[in-house]
Amino acid sequence: MADNPDIGVLTPYARSLGIELAEWEDGIPVMQVAFVEAVEGRPEHYHGGATGGLLETAGYAALRAELAKRERAAVLKPINITVQYLSAGKSQASFAKGRVTKLGRRSANLTVEAWQDDRSRPIATAVMNVLMGEPEG
Amino acid sequence: MSEPQKFDPATATPFLTSRGHPGWLGMRYSQHGDDWVELELPWREDLLGEEGQHVLASGPILSLMDMASGLAIWKAMDKFEAIATLDLRVDYVRPAREGAAVFGRSQCYRITRSAAFVRGLAHDGDADDPVAHIQAVFMKIGGGPKRELPNG
Repeated sequence: MADNPDIGVLTPYARSLGIELAEWEDGIPVMQVAFVEAVEGRPEHYHGGATGGLLETAGYAALRAELAKRERAAVLKPINITVQYLSAGKSQASFAKGRVTKLGRRSANLTVEAWQDDRSRPIATAVMNVLMGEPEG
Repeated sequence: MSEPQKFDPATATPFLTSRGHPGWLGMRYSQHGDDWVELELPWREDLLGEEGQHVLASGPILSLMDMASGLAIWKAMDKFEAIATLDLRVDYVRPAREGAAVFGRSQCYRITRSAAFVRGLAHDGDADDPVAHIQAVFMKIGGGPKRELPNG
């Protein structure tokens, strides 16, 4: 889709974990990960770290999409993340989508939700603050 | 009364990190005390964050601290009991050095009947110069009479 820029949302870490772009929704990428051994914590459930990694990736993806729309270039650096685990992630695909709650000049505030088969019942949410540095060179 | 079950992070860690997400990350036991555990996450090129920058992604630090926190709680309780992360906050105070292993040290400072509270830090060699600080709350799951997991 022409409206959706190639924003290189996947870091080496995200690719290695198996996170993929599921679809674009209202100009924001929805990220997904299949239930594979790399995300498993206790048997048949997601590890909290893997769910957190999906949330973070979706948060950065939403921010990159927003920056691309405004033709802004920035080096993104994490300030912090708070993850709330709402229910156990079961052995099926998980999805996550972020929202840029505030876009400032130097930092952005993002909220992210992750869900499985029932989108109205998120399995985890996150709030992130990201520093936007000047691109090098 | 049977013998109280002792929890030894040094022997439990290799078992817990042999597969699944912790196995994929390659976490290793580093050291522990009465109520804290430190794990090591060896440097890996495929765990980098932003393209073009040789900086460890923030996700693996979240996983490392989640795992170290769980172990710290089991050490503080001195038994293996099913727990689930309720919330976890990570402040990334500086990037980890390129090529350096990252160590995650978490301390369980309070356990109630249903919850366990932890705080900790991640560092890349010098614990006095952390790369991240964390705070988290875990819930005991199953409630009521304690449920033991196999191979605990």
